[in-house]
Amino acid sequence: MAVDVNSNKYTFIFAAVMVIVVATVLAVASEFLKPMQKENVANEKCQNILSSIGIEAEAADAAAAYKENLVKAVVLDANGQVVSEPKFGAFNIDILKDYKAGLSAIYKANSDDMEAMTTALLAFGDGGVNYPMFVLSKGGKDVYVVPMVGTGLWGPVWGYVTVAGDGKTVVGAVFDHKSETPGLGAEINQASFQKPFEGKTIFDESGEFTGIKVMKGGAKGSNHAVDAISGGTITSNGVTEMIVRTLKIYEPYFRELQAETETTEVVELSLDSTALALNFEQIVDGIEPSAE
Amino acid sequence: MSEVAVAEKVKEPKEPLFSKKNRALISNPLDDDNPITVQVLGICSALAITVQLKQAVVMSVSVLFVLAAGNVIVSLMRNLIPNRIRIIVQLVIVAALVILVDQVLKAYVYDVSKALSVFVGLIITNCIIMGRLEAFALANKPWPAFLDGIGNAFAYGGILVIVSFFRELFGSGKIWGFPVLGEKLGALLSDGTLATKATGLYAMGYVDNGLMILPPMALITVGALIWVQRARNPKLIEA
Repeated sequence: MAVDVNSNKYTFIFAAVMVIVVATVLAVASEFLKPMQKENVANEKCQNILSSIGIEAEAADAAAAYKENLVKAVVLDANGQVVSEPKFGAFNIDILKDYKAGLSAIYKANSDDMEAMTTALLAFGDGGVNYPMFVLSKGGKDVYVVPMVGTGLWGPVWGYVTVAGDGKTVVGAVFDHKSETPGLGAEINQASFQKPFEGKTIFDESGEFTGIKVMKGGAKGSNHAVDAISGGTITSNGVTEMIVRTLKIYEPYFRELQAETETTEVVELSLDSTALALNFEQIVDGIEPSAE
Repeated sequence: MSEVAVAEKVKEPKEPLFSKKNRALISNPLDDDNPITVQVLGICSALAITVQLKQAVVMSVSVLFVLAAGNVIVSLMRNLIPNRIRIIVQLVIVAALVILVDQVLKAYVYDVSKALSVFVGLIITNCIIMGRLEAFALANKPWPAFLDGIGNAFAYGGILVIVSFFRELFGSGKIWGFPVLGEKLGALLSDGTLATKATGLYAMGYVDNGLMILPPMALITVGALIWVQRARNPKLIEA
């Protein structure tokens, strides 16, 4: 034991050895536990998606239930058009990661200029932003689950809003948050906040996109608003911003859905085919994206 | 182990594993020398994660593991650690243990890990842990160091559990997530209004105290605990 524990040489060697040992231990542990952690995250995602269409599943069998109900998963670009060959599967798109990686800045900078935002979103990353959407079957009918992410008071908030096959009625919604104030903003992950979303519409009677707003002072019977949580104003505003902004991206897709259901309705009601054709063309013209 | 044995050539009669001195290492922190109520350390986490009993228990178990293992490791290495970088060495050991705990929680109890979120990472900054490593483990053999770690972690956990019990009970009317004071049920009517029905105490007009959920009430609860402890332990009363 002739080593001088306090010599410079010993100190350096000790520090180096310690760092290598600790790094090795942590790397091994992380690699070993990774499959289970990934499974947990995927299960939670399945649970959330299912919950937004009104199915409560245990974490263990959420993945199976999700597969069972899944009709298809599609990926949209920033124009709301379906990407035919997406780089990632819809399920594997981490929207929270994208949001943190720069999307939030784009949304903020262009909040009043839709066109500039679309341009920026199409240029984002490698080949534009991908927006996932999950089409599930609920009681034999297709419903459209839109994942979304936004900013609350203390950290990110996220959720899934499910729209019915008519392209405008909300079937269900779930929200969660990372660190909102318990008892105030954190209530957005409670049923009492989420339940009133059911049956609201994201388009008004004249067909204008409205989204759903979380209103301070009560929704007062509005079809496009729900009650805010008292004391959670900033969280509520964040949720409103998230819902309106995200659904706006998916708007063209929902308009197509509306057009489909409307035309089938018209066919059933009237046999005047010229009027129908005209009507249909008008609708199609209306939804054609103006710029590439 | 061998280097410890070599370094500790001081002649001492061999102590039994649970000698009076060793037992005191566990019992002292529980009362006379409680890290939270007497030394007022680790308050930040006591405020942050005592909203629910379950979170508090998981946090306590995590701290127990980190503190006991950290104490033993530092104690084993106490004659090897260069004096000038000892704080950093302790920090690395604690940080490594905390990351391990975090990873294990994420893999096996995902929902709890989500609820604790950043607070597991913040175990690193828990003053109790660095305090025990620096004040005790660095100067004592592994076994007493282990006991000291367990004792302090239990003392910390005990306070957490008591505080979270009251906060969960009065703040949300639940214990361990089970509604014990009755339930409030909400149902959405077709006209869009929310109908509520209450059972148990809530039916009699009882309302949860929302303040209990917020951090200030944790501080007040800890204060009340300190008061109770000082009232019945005369040793703690300063002249």
